Amino acid sequence: MGAHHGPAKGMSRWLLTTNHKDIGTMYLWFSFAMFILGGAFAMVIRAELFQPGMQLVEPGFFNQMTTLHGLVMVFGAIMPSFVGLANWMIPMMIGAPDMALPRMNNWSFWILPPSFLMLASTLFMEGGAPAFGWTFYAPLSTTYAPPSVTFFIFAIHILGVSSIMGSINIIATVMNMRAPGMSYMKMPLFVWTWLITAFLLVAVMPVLAGAVTMMLMDIHFGTSFFSAAGGGDPVLFQHVFWFFGHPEVYIIILPAFGVVSQIIPAFSRKPLFGYASMVYATASIALLSFIVWAHHMYTVGMPVAGELFFMYATMLIAVPTGVKVFNWITTMWRGALSFETPMLFCLGFLVLFTLGGFTGLMLSIAPADFQYHDTYFVVAHFHYVMVAGAVFSMTAAVYYWIPKWTGRMYSESMGRIHFWVSFIGFNIAFFPQHFVGLAGMPRRIPDYSLQFADFNMMSSIGAFIYGASQLLFLYNVIVTIVAGEKVGEDKIWDGAEGLEWTVPCPAPYHTFEVPPKIDAVSAHA
Amino acid sequence: MNFKTVAKACVVSLLVSGPTWALAQNQINMAKGVTEVGAQIYGLHMLIFWICAVIGVAVFAVMFYSIIYHRKSRGVTPAQFHDSTQVEIIWTIIPFLILIGMAVPATSTLLEVYNTDDAEIDILITGYQWKWKYEYLDEQGDNVVFFSNLATSQEEIYNTDAKGANYLLSVDEPMVIPVDTKVRFLVTANDVIHSWWVPELAVKRDAIPGFINEAWTKVPTEGVYRGQCTELCGAYHGFMPIEVHAVSREEYDAWLAAKRSEKVAQTAAAQQALGFEELMASGEAVYRAQCSACHGAQGEGGVGNAIAGSAIALGEVAKHLEVGIKGVAGTAMQAFGGQLSDVDMAAVITYQRNAFGNNTGDIVQPADVVNHKQG
Repeated sequence: MGAHHGPAKGMSRWLLTTNHKDIGTMYLWFSFAMFILGGAFAMVIRAELFQPGMQLVEPGFFNQMTTLHGLVMVFGAIMPSFVGLANWMIPMMIGAPDMALPRMNNWSFWILPPSFLMLASTLFMEGGAPAFGWTFYAPLSTTYAPPSVTFFIFAIHILGVSSIMGSINIIATVMNMRAPGMSYMKMPLFVWTWLITAFLLVAVMPVLAGAVTMMLMDIHFGTSFFSAAGGGDPVLFQHVFWFFGHPEVYIIILPAFGVVSQIIPAFSRKPLFGYASMVYATASIALLSFIVWAHHMYTVGMPVAGELFFMYATMLIAVPTGVKVFNWITTMWRGALSFETPMLFCLGFLVLFTLGGFTGLMLSIAPADFQYHDTYFVVAHFHYVMVAGAVFSMTAAVYYWIPKWTGRMYSESMGRIHFWVSFIGFNIAFFPQHFVGLAGMPRRIPDYSLQFADFNMMSSIGAFIYGASQLLFLYNVIVTIVAGEKVGEDKIWDGAEGLEWTVPCPAPYHTFEVPPKIDAVSAHA
Repeated sequence: MNFKTVAKACVVSLLVSGPTWALAQNQINMAKGVTEVGAQIYGLHMLIFWICAVIGVAVFAVMFYSIIYHRKSRGVTPAQFHDSTQVEIIWTIIPFLILIGMAVPATSTLLEVYNTDDAEIDILITGYQWKWKYEYLDEQGDNVVFFSNLATSQEEIYNTDAKGANYLLSVDEPMVIPVDTKVRFLVTANDVIHSWWVPELAVKRDAIPGFINEAWTKVPTEGVYRGQCTELCGAYHGFMPIEVHAVSREEYDAWLAAKRSEKVAQTAAAQQALGFEELMASGEAVYRAQCSACHGAQGEGGVGNAIAGSAIALGEVAKHLEVGIKGVAGTAMQAFGGQLSDVDMAAVITYQRNAFGNNTGDIVQPADVVNHKQG
């Protein structure tokens, strides 16, 4: 590795880099920064909800917080974090020297920070930030929106462009850059889940762009796509939004499934059970995600036939999702398990995501959903799948691969403390939300009647604990990078399989300049 | 005792003590529902809950068995099996059959929810930012219309007064319906999307501008049933509760008759001139119910502009009436002309022009409001 191939020095290394590892690193740090920002918004929400009555913020500002919390977490934290992981890991997992489209890779990262800067700047604009929820239903987000909505629309456009470019890059990389002998059915499951996710993204991000463009037209150019007064249809907005929005939640969770499918076998010291069925289950979930969107809209007054169709289709998703959970558990069955931090987070994922799946199944039942819809039961449900699902698995991924990235080992005891504080804090925060939701507390309200007071206080305390545990995570990562114990061998985890464990730790700036040889045994684990 | 054991003990004690503590003080489950449909939905909810619970216990039992017995520290040798088409088929088909078992009762309940035929009473529910309008439709066209506003005071919300028992859940004028009667709700909205939900009646329907959605209920027992708006509708989304009083048929008829005579009395009152003190007193009441959330308890402003010292409140009466009656397009300032009686409108305009240091001395009479409306 001569100086010629090493990274550039100073800022230009990061600004101009086309290296998948550098770009992956930037994505990961950016998403963590957004995670902290979105978390700060959540802390404001939970602080206001700590007690009944308005204490800290005004109702309008509260709505800005819930809106920005959702947008920043979904588009700024979770999605970019998995793109970062894809950047780092996919080339190393398929034996490729880099991503297929490295300059576009640089561009797709670097348009993200300005986009979120623009979104965050709306907080300081007259009329305040968007306050219509992350689902931005028209006409609240059009006729009745603050002027900053235009900046929000532009930000969504830019991050959509970023996502589409990132996805095209992943598709191109996986399809064209696999090492000889790495057939599709030998790819690690993380690569498979990301390939499917990338197709989902390319399919639905333009739909989101269409939705916000129609909003822009309604607001500034006198059209009436979503305005009933002009002959338009507010429900059209919801159909378009959720045609994007439902695949979007699988975009978030499928790479998480991929991560868990890498880590559970490693710490079970046993190959993943049902590899092929995992691939098919992922593809089925992705396909089903296109025909279930209106289960978010059971109360808009669809005809009963439509309601039944969406109910049946939604219930079907339980089948492939169940297959995945059964496969993970069977992978553990009669393995030789150990419980290092990545495995703990995966087990946390498995338990809590399954609970989130159960509440999802309950929500799919249309008549019951009339009672659940837009209550805290839904809030609890999607935090179980988004936080305990996506964020836990992302955290597991960081602990699992950070020795490969940095060449240094994280502190196992601190990692375990991080897990237990997160796990306990998370459950204290979100489990009681099932209760208040069922008891009748609507979501997105800044103040609530007295019967919900105890559980809300509990929920806020849990949220503060969970929030604080992320600072522990940051500390742990920084300590690892600057002072972690250096690791000697390439393969850090004795049960781990895959090409990424055949390169040194830390992974050199360029890996697999010569394609590796794939033998039948070492593939797909 | 190492850290792991301590942590496990914490989790276990939390799981064990949590629910018992909770049961004593707080509702943790869905309302059983007073209506037949409500009871069906509750039954469906519990059915799915128990199916999930049984599956969950089975799945987690296997997982924890592995975690306990198949651990490396016990010196086990890992098995290497990794495929079984037979097993995959079994655990695809069994969940599928369970789903069919759930879908059957769900379908029949859903059809019941959608069956709005043969209603005896029709009530048009219109969502406004941030109140509900109830209009009892009458075949002769003699509709009874009124608005239902949050009755909780700003002082309770901002913690200067103690919070009452039905904090945020009581209204100034509740919806009244007779028991044992099929009532159909026609649900729409005036501005943004709202959603009308009363948990115990198991009725939730989005109120969407330009659409009229249907829902229905048939309440068997007299009582007060409370709910809230469940679709984010702007700043005061959390402050537009629903209160339904289910009463006997006789009581309902009497109430409806009283509402009709009230309407006649209001028309008559609009013809009479009122004294300044009288206008100010009722104006203050109207202001607190209708205006103070946005314009501030002392007219200092908030979501809406300040009233104290405002150009409109100190300027021409006609302009002030125009804003009050027709609202300001594209803002949260609604057209109150259809929401307030002419007397109330006159009173609140008078109040705004003479309170908070706006000492214009102007008196606006109901007749002025009527004249303004007629142009």
